[in-house]
Amino acid sequence: MSAQTPIIRVSAISKHFKVPVREAGLKASFRSLFHRNYRTVKAVDDISFNIEPGEVVGFLGPNGAGKTTTLKILSGLLYLTGGSAQVLGCVPSKRSADFLQQITLVMGNRSQLNWDLPVVDSYELQRAIYHLPRAEFERTRDELIELLDLKDLVNKPVRNLSLGERMKVEIVGALLHRPKVLFLDEPTIGLDLTMQRRIRDFIADYNQRYGATVLLTSHYMADVEALCKRVIIIHNGKLLFDGQLSQLMERFSAFKTICVTFDTNCNRWGQYGEVLKSDGAHASLRIRKAETAEVTARILSEQKVNDLTIEDPAIEDVIEKIFSQQDALRELA
Amino acid sequence: MKRLLDFYWVNSRLSMMRQFQYRLQSVLYMVWLVIEPVIYLVVWSTIARSNGGSVDGYTAGGFAAYYIVWMLVRQMNMVRAPADWEWRIQHGSMAAELMRPIHPIHNDVSDFAGAKVFMILIFLPVAAILSLIFKPVIHTTWLQVLVFAIAIWGAYLLRSLLCSLLGMLTFWTTRVGAIFDLYFALELILSGRLVPMPLMPAWVQHLANFLPFQSMFYFPINALIGALTPLQLFAGLGVQLLWFVGALGLVNLVWHFAIRRFSSVGN
Repeated sequence: MSAQTPIIRVSAISKHFKVPVREAGLKASFRSLFHRNYRTVKAVDDISFNIEPGEVVGFLGPNGAGKTTTLKILSGLLYLTGGSAQVLGCVPSKRSADFLQQITLVMGNRSQLNWDLPVVDSYELQRAIYHLPRAEFERTRDELIELLDLKDLVNKPVRNLSLGERMKVEIVGALLHRPKVLFLDEPTIGLDLTMQRRIRDFIADYNQRYGATVLLTSHYMADVEALCKRVIIIHNGKLLFDGQLSQLMERFSAFKTICVTFDTNCNRWGQYGEVLKSDGAHASLRIRKAETAEVTARILSEQKVNDLTIEDPAIEDVIEKIFSQQDALRELA
Repeated sequence: MKRLLDFYWVNSRLSMMRQFQYRLQSVLYMVWLVIEPVIYLVVWSTIARSNGGSVDGYTAGGFAAYYIVWMLVRQMNMVRAPADWEWRIQHGSMAAELMRPIHPIHNDVSDFAGAKVFMILIFLPVAAILSLIFKPVIHTTWLQVLVFAIAIWGAYLLRSLLCSLLGMLTFWTTRVGAIFDLYFALELILSGRLVPMPLMPAWVQHLANFLPFQSMFYFPINALIGALTPLQLFAGLGVQLLWFVGALGLVNLVWHFAIRRFSSVGN
């Protein structure tokens, strides 16, 4: 597949679920014996995007936005209601062995390994499932075990591992067949910060090493920030934004933070901008992005400055703002 | 094919390992499995004795032979329960299985096949003890042993397919317990599980001839302990094969439509 050909093509896909609707109470239960009402839930509604080989794309949206449904469509678990999708040139819903051999879906809250067996035995089953040549399997397995430092864990049964340890062995298990496309659904959910970082580094390393394409959902913006240059935002099943993370930040971060330390104490910080916090000679100020240069110049000309930094707002804050403010959502749409 | 054989070997081996790991559970399971035929055996032996020594040609020794072999056949045709499909769909493990380039039924068949090795090892001493107590009468030939060995695996594969078919109903509706119960009630009566088929009313025997249940119970038992001619033995295998091919075709057809309905709920 050449660099110009998208590895994932999604064209106007929709997935609608027909769900029964029933009022609470015994009377409603009895009535539903004879007459049932249904409503259609548009989990994914007319979404289109392409992903190039080797890209790592963050798939963002609040709970129930349709992220996981989209990943399930692309990994062949769900049939489409409308539109078309191709991954690695295959129609995912046909679930051909050749297609499944080249992809993986990791769901952070789901275990794919055998609960009762030592991890190495589960890996052996993966070898058989994907019919991997033994030498190649052992090389990949040892390499991945080394990368995630799993040597001490692989002889323990999966049920004896902690959540973080289990996630690490799960990810290695899902990558033993060296998939070209990784669908990662909340791979760091519930993990502590150190473990999150280990998993992130590992995913980045795998992407670099094997040129794999990654589509990732996560509620942890640190995952997205560390791994994805590009993000796709969906809400209520509709695509709201598809572009560079930096563009999104540029568009929705109207303010910057200036952290400044003067030579002497100051009690008139308010003249430069909104004071986020101040402590004698040091303060953090919230400044409109358009006024940043002018305010900075004024500070430098009027005060004796020991230190000054200009920071963008945290990505979490920007994304949170987008999802919590209808105006921001409308602007994206 | 090589890929599938490799998978079957590895998965069966892992399943066997799990059985060895949970020895107590397996032993208790065997105890549970022994209780049902022993009850049938005691009841029918008593009836046979009070009836002048036999019931429809089955003596107490004949019943003992029937129900001791019954235990092994029952053990062999234990398969993934249809209700497990419901559980796997509801709890998300079906999604994980569907991500593999191998049909989930292969996983079930190889998994249960491996577990049987351990269960057969437990069955042998149990059968020896029951034989000492109930003194079965068996006159068998090498051909019967050979046909029996094939028929119990045939029964296993056929029942795996039929129970998978039932399990696939879960793709249409997630509460199908009543249908499973109906199936198992029919199977109990029409398979030879409750009593040997010759003890059933003529119309039940006639009806059973048009259904697959006997191929999974009565035929394998009868192949070992019945007075069957070589022709009858091979005909029985042939019928089993026909049901297997039919069930396989039906599984493929139903799967084709079932998988479209998978909504990956609960995960």
